[in-house]
Amino acid sequence: MANERPKADVVIVGLGWAGSVMAEELTRAGLNVVAIERGKWRDTSTDFPPAVDPDELKWHTRRQMLAAPSRETYTFRNRSSQTAAPTREWSAFQFGENVGGAGTHWAGMSWRFSPWDFEVATRTEDRYGRARLDALRAEGLLLQDWGITYDDLAEDYDRFERIAGTSGIAGNLNGEIRPGGNPFEGPRSRDYPTPPLKDSYWMARYRDTTTRMGYHPFTIPAGNLGQAYVNPLGVSMGPCTYCGFCDFHGCGNYSKSSPQACILPVLMRRPNFTVLTETQALNAVKSEDGKTVTGVRYVGSDGQGEGFQPADIVIFTAYQMDNVRLMLLSRIGEQYDPSTMQGTIGRNYNYQTCSSVTGYFDGAKMNPFISAGAMAVQIDDLNGDNFDHADLDFIGGAGMMSVQTQGRPIALANTLRPGTSRWGSGWKEGFSKSYNEAATLFNQGTSMSTRDAYLSLDPTYEDRFGQPLLRITFDWNRNDKAMMRHITDKAQAIMQEAGADAMTTDLQTENSWNPYTQLSSHTIGGLVMGADPTTSALNPYCQSWDCHNVFSVGANCFPNNAGYNPTVTIGALAIRAAKAIHSTYVNNPGPLVEA
Amino acid sequence: MNRREALFSIGAAAAGAGIAGRASAAELRGVPAATAQTADHMPGPIVRGGDFKVFTDQTDHATLKAVFDRLIPSDDHGPSASEAGVLDFLDAQLAGPYGDGAAYYLEGPLQPGHEEEVMGQKQFLETPRQRYAKGLKALEQYAQDNDGASFAALSPDRIDEILTGMEAGRIDLPGGVFGQAFFELMLQNAREGYLSDPIYGGNRDFAGWTMIGFPGARYDYRAYVDRHNEDLALAPVSLIPSN
Repeated sequence: MANERPKADVVIVGLGWAGSVMAEELTRAGLNVVAIERGKWRDTSTDFPPAVDPDELKWHTRRQMLAAPSRETYTFRNRSSQTAAPTREWSAFQFGENVGGAGTHWAGMSWRFSPWDFEVATRTEDRYGRARLDALRAEGLLLQDWGITYDDLAEDYDRFERIAGTSGIAGNLNGEIRPGGNPFEGPRSRDYPTPPLKDSYWMARYRDTTTRMGYHPFTIPAGNLGQAYVNPLGVSMGPCTYCGFCDFHGCGNYSKSSPQACILPVLMRRPNFTVLTETQALNAVKSEDGKTVTGVRYVGSDGQGEGFQPADIVIFTAYQMDNVRLMLLSRIGEQYDPSTMQGTIGRNYNYQTCSSVTGYFDGAKMNPFISAGAMAVQIDDLNGDNFDHADLDFIGGAGMMSVQTQGRPIALANTLRPGTSRWGSGWKEGFSKSYNEAATLFNQGTSMSTRDAYLSLDPTYEDRFGQPLLRITFDWNRNDKAMMRHITDKAQAIMQEAGADAMTTDLQTENSWNPYTQLSSHTIGGLVMGADPTTSALNPYCQSWDCHNVFSVGANCFPNNAGYNPTVTIGALAIRAAKAIHSTYVNNPGPLVEA
Repeated sequence: MNRREALFSIGAAAAGAGIAGRASAAELRGVPAATAQTADHMPGPIVRGGDFKVFTDQTDHATLKAVFDRLIPSDDHGPSASEAGVLDFLDAQLAGPYGDGAAYYLEGPLQPGHEEEVMGQKQFLETPRQRYAKGLKALEQYAQDNDGASFAALSPDRIDEILTGMEAGRIDLPGGVFGQAFFELMLQNAREGYLSDPIYGGNRDFAGWTMIGFPGARYDYRAYVDRHNEDLALAPVSLIPSN
């Protein structure tokens, strides 16, 4: 093949969080790793130093660090009976691009999932009975365990937090509940690497209010560091300065966890690591027997057109949707078909069920510009299965957080008391008050996948290389809508108790889902892990059931979504998969789990 | 070489790669030697205004000013959009990649009614610059047809009435311009100009940031984070001081 490169032990597609973590683990074990990254080299001092960063228009409004829809987009429809339409403008999803991927411009919310999230099927049956589980499945929910438990992942969670320098306060230390932390979290072997961020006025007020109401508030774990820190790789990080330019922005202070701030300074100096930037992976190429792949086809930026990177192991660590699309373009496994329930690629697509309740406090000075991407006090009393669902018509729940995450004026210009004009002197009068008087309670909920929600290739629309775009077929399901109504009612009661004189609510689940109006960027599933090859594309080590030298790590692995942000779970899964590769797979290439 | 041997050929592969000399512009081994800051990430150059590249037609210019100064009028809370440089801002934006629609997926086929139904809003293959060119002419035509006058000559109340009708989806414009979609485009851009860093040409003298109390391109609030519910009276700053 033209432009065939020297063979690598491992080729990684996508050098974001998952790719960086795996490359670090695999190169440290002595493997020769080549990463293929469609974007450019990006680093703190050259691309987002403090003199560049505090610019809402460039980074947030125009999203200059993200992959633009013109470079890659997706099509969408609510139901299989519809023809999908392409998402032409910026949407809820934040396709990462460039070295660091979405890990460069994420907010930093650094959660472990709860033990329940990994075993929704088993735990629902254990607590509410087989009939309840069967009834939920009969209405179309694809409830299934992940094939691993929280305990299986605890050590890898710990490792990722140490690399990232996560700030926070432990609520469950080896089974002992600790004051000030989250009493509902899974057990941790030690406290967070750095102390929690400070409270803003809104967070303190929320903490007081929820305590009075009998809830258990705590400062959320953050990739915005509570103090200076040196991680286990020897990389120094700085303390967060509360500048308020986190998500959509890079961090110039080395104080937001990212591949650049935490891993790349070490990884790039290893002689057995190479990254091909501005190089678009097209697909993996199957061997003759179809049981393995031989490497990755790509289009390079060097003007030489198509090339091939041979490797013994291929790992897809691109954005969730890209991982699914790469599997389909590589013809690995079978496309899921909702009418027959056959096939696993594209199955279990799900999202993040959210609402927000904004309160207005006359005369208050919330100072929203003093903020950090993961600055919030949360209650988990109504998250996951932390409350009794016996008499409720849904499973799941939401983390309810008082966010102090940004004070960007353009983004907040619609945060107005009810009845305020969106323009004219009425808008100026209203916004001049509400900018400082508004405070938001963000409810980040669980999502269950369903029979009808899935990913596939679009028959009409193509990317710039003539390859089909990915097509999303998705709408809210009854369970998740009922859950979010329940949570939003509770949130409004809290906001009332906190003393808001007016309130606005954004409850997207009351409308058909569409990508332009959503509150979360978390696109989940479609290439999920599990113990059963008929219902999962990947085994519990994120290894393809169909081609044993193909692995994929990303939010695509989650059969259901937790009421938490996905990054730390992705990082932990990446470490787990990489350890399995270098400790077991390389000595005995083949399926790590028997089907 | 069988798979097992291949996987254990690490030493040879690493050494081989080191002397291969195949490095193209895209191949990075080690941190890049070049330390220049990435040009399109750097702020500036500052938009000084007054030199219109897109709004060169006098009627278009007057129509846009008439709309923007009703979306953001001059009052006790600060200057109007045009006084704050928002027209200069938009002209510069439309002359660049934003005006080109460089970020948008503009491949066909466009299925207008169907795409709107699925996506919940109108979809376009036109760039923002093309939408303004068409939309401003359509506003002028609308005024001529309905009021027998130029749009810019209409009274503030009459302009508000038209804008209110567009916002509510009750008024579409001649030439197939969707009133509501064009209204939303203009409102978004007017706010952007009023509330973005002054280096982009709008928010002149920090008009927008002063209105709401946003201190601008600051980078360290550690000294203030514990001062709860307090007016910190921080003067706004720009990425680059421009006057």
